[in-house]
Amino acid sequence: MRVCVGVDLGSTTTKAILIDEDGQIVGKGITNSRSNYEVASAVARDEAVTSARFNLLARKLEALKGEGSGDIHALDAKLRAAFRLELYLDELAALRLRVTEVVAASGPRGSAQVKDALVAIFDRMLGDAPALFLEGDARKSDFFRDIAGAAFMHAAEKLAGERGMRFEELTWPFDRAILDVETELRELDFAATLGRAARRIGGGLPEGAKKRLFDIVDSVGTEPIDEIAFSGTGYGRQTLPFPKAAVRSEILCHGRGAHRYFPGTRTVLDIGGQDTKAIQVDDKGVVTTFQMNDRCAAGCGRYLGYIADELNLGLHELGPLALKSCKNVRINSTCTVFAGAELRERLSLGEEREDILAGLHKAIMLRAMSLLARSGGVKSELTFTGGVCKNEMATKVLRELVDENYGNEITLNVHPDSIFMGALGAALFALDDLRAGKANLLVVKRPDKKAMTSFAQPDDACASCA
Amino acid sequence: MSLVNITPKKGDGKSIKAGAGPSEGSAITVPVTKDASQQRQKRMIANHFDKLSTAKEDGKKVAYTFVPGNLTELMGAFEMLPVLPEINALQSGMRGKSGAYISEAERGGHSEDVCSYVKCDIGMLRSGNVGPTGKTLPSPDLLLLSYTGCFTFMKWFELLKAEYNCPVVMLHVPYQADGIITPEMRQYVIDQLKSDVIPQMEQITGKKLNLDKLAEQLARSRRAEDALVKVWESAKNRPSPIDGYFGGVYYIGPIFSAFRGSEDAVAYYEELLAEVNDRIKTGEGPMTPAGVMSNQKYRLVVEGPPSWTHFNEFWNMFSNEGAIAVASTYTRVGGLYDQGFRHDPQDPLGTLADYCLGCYTNRSLPSRIDLLEKYIKSYSADGFLINSVKSCNSFSAGQLMILRELEKRTGVPGAFVESDLVDPRYFGKANIENRLQSYLQMLEARRNGNIAASGSSPVVIGSAP
Ligand code: SF4
Repeated sequence: MRVCVGVDLGSTTTKAILIDEDGQIVGKGITNSRSNYEVASAVARDEAVTSARFNLLARKLEALKGEGSGDIHALDAKLRAAFRLELYLDELAALRLRVTEVVAASGPRGSAQVKDALVAIFDRMLGDAPALFLEGDARKSDFFRDIAGAAFMHAAEKLAGERGMRFEELTWPFDRAILDVETELRELDFAATLGRAARRIGGGLPEGAKKRLFDIVDSVGTEPIDEIAFSGTGYGRQTLPFPKAAVRSEILCHGRGAHRYFPGTRTVLDIGGQDTKAIQVDDKGVVTTFQMNDRCAAGCGRYLGYIADELNLGLHELGPLALKSCKNVRINSTCTVFAGAELRERLSLGEEREDILAGLHKAIMLRAMSLLARSGGVKSELTFTGGVCKNEMATKVLRELVDENYGNEITLNVHPDSIFMGALGAALFALDDLRAGKANLLVVKRPDKKAMTSFAQPDDACASCA
Repeated sequence: MSLVNITPKKGDGKSIKAGAGPSEGSAITVPVTKDASQQRQKRMIANHFDKLSTAKEDGKKVAYTFVPGNLTELMGAFEMLPVLPEINALQSGMRGKSGAYISEAERGGHSEDVCSYVKCDIGMLRSGNVGPTGKTLPSPDLLLLSYTGCFTFMKWFELLKAEYNCPVVMLHVPYQADGIITPEMRQYVIDQLKSDVIPQMEQITGKKLNLDKLAEQLARSRRAEDALVKVWESAKNRPSPIDGYFGGVYYIGPIFSAFRGSEDAVAYYEELLAEVNDRIKTGEGPMTPAGVMSNQKYRLVVEGPPSWTHFNEFWNMFSNEGAIAVASTYTRVGGLYDQGFRHDPQDPLGTLADYCLGCYTNRSLPSRIDLLEKYIKSYSADGFLINSVKSCNSFSAGQLMILRELEKRTGVPGAFVESDLVDPRYFGKANIENRLQSYLQMLEARRNGNIAASGSSPVVIGSAP
């Protein structure tokens, strides 16, 4: 299979999309951006390749139907889960090694008692791992840092209690080691990992079906996936680890990606962690004009994150809570700092949290509306993208404001994969390059274990409110 | 403006630091043989500030005045020395001092929303009034307020009057609301020159106005203006031998500040023109922070002043992408010579009135649109960019309307970035760069239909793992 790759390096997550030579999406991957953009891009790309192979696998599994292998979808899901488990176990082994090194180098803090407790913690994590993946419990996150972090803290808390140790005595090696492990780029041997996963779950199958499963797994694992073109985009463009000729503006990529999903789109509103953009595109998805917020991040995803912190809530809880509001509270400030003050003031005046939150959502969306107006308004079909489009209250308010300002004939699109729009646009640009005979490729140096941590940071934090 | 500091890098005669940004460490060093005209300009400026520093001992009178509508020839006829607070402010911006000056003014009670030129000037004054060459500036004997379009001018000199306690003479220039100069408007300005400005200058200097001397000054202005217009129009060539915005602000220095009407200015512009003509002959582009830019991918028209605190960084963003400014309105702020105006020695007072009435700040929004449209078309621009500065209430208002209208009239897409004149807090590098690069890539994508090119030649970098 020959694929074009698009990578979108965001301030929080990094996304990759693979498309084939006809422009069809064949795989997608997402990871947290960490402190190392190069690693994040490579991991997202590897994830996308993995997902492409699983798509292939799903098609081939269809052939097993009716051969006593039971529900094919269930088998597919099991295999995916087992594969994730294998990956987790690999990373867990690396983490264990790194924690051991950290403790060994730490002098008296790493006492024999601590070392012994850590061994026990890791043993527990190892024992608990299969259940995390195979028993259908919904994980809160797919990122190693989050899963391993939760498992470690859980085991450490228990052990500290059992052995009469202080919790903090056990957690500091984790904090130090996790960064190294997640910024370490490991080569994924897909075929071997999938093989292990298949063996793990294959036990229950009749002999014939099992053999066929193993054959399929072999063929999928070794099917060559050739990257023939690449283009990258993202926030913090200065630090994108891509060759200059392969870099595309995120504005162009978001516009094009959104148009690809919804070809009727002429206007795109993108509200991400750091900025808000109002983009107009033509019938081919090419940007004709755009406006974006000034350098202050007020009214962007970060503002919501700040509000969530102020209220001691998770980001995903804001929208649902705000939806419960039935009273109009007007918030005057979208400046992150002032809004925090206003929020506390309103609370002290006895306003309900949900009403204040509803007001805050409205304030953000009003700001977005002004940006939309500045970019030339909304004409026929508006697509809402970026992290904030996952917030139900934000989309509800947007719908109302669009109706109010541009009439209720306007189609408003929100796609569950909207987070991938930028990467998709980048992949389409890569395909353009390929067709024009000037394809670029993403080359990732798989660095030495020790020399890996670099701390590239986006350079554009607003001085007055960051 | 021209007072941009081009100083040879120590120990390397062939490199210069193109301008001294606030972040000295990151200023871009470009290899360049310094043009003779540039060296001349530097000498002229140094000389002028020397004269200012000894003005009191030498018995010379000093007038503070603004760039738009400046009456330099008249001051020259009285041998008064001009000081231009706007230029001092932008110089402070380029030398990385404006941030502290602005804070000083804000501590004194000036709000964040006051034009940063004003605050920078006030801050500089409160910090000892040391000019860009390190020499102390003399206090004014006269505040010559030619009021052309911006209300802030009036407030600014009110503040300076309180600081210096010296006379202010106001030349009220009627606004060109309908885009035309009527005979009554012209006469009104001439009358004020006769009844207020000239008598006040006579009183301060103790001299009678010598009309012949004024006419000589105006004749020299005209020669310099002729040469400057040819310099501007050279950008119609491909490649353009000049950058009409970033490079352009160097070129306007002498004519917009203390030197119009002087022999020095004539020599400077004739020398500059000869250099530009040489580049046309050899097909060479102008010097930019990225080196000589002969490969010009995008020809842009620019509206709005540059961000002085990040001048080089801003310029670099253009030159790195192969974008060249072929024309700009900011470089016309002190006179629209390319639209036909010339100082006329035959009609000394009338011509000064025409000059003041015609300057860019005195133009209405529709006539600014007309002018930009003309530039976009006559310089065959691929696009235009508006740098909307937070400070300038007078000229930033309405810029989005300008953008939309120009897109409609020309079919050429516009870009919009936001920064400030000399307040370093309002320059968001990543944000501006993002907008500019997105815009240029958009031009490219639209140029090529749906195929967005990414580089000039096919680059295949390694193979996927
Ligand atoms: S407001 Fe604008 S025109 Fe007026 S003084 Fe400030 S920069 Fe100049």
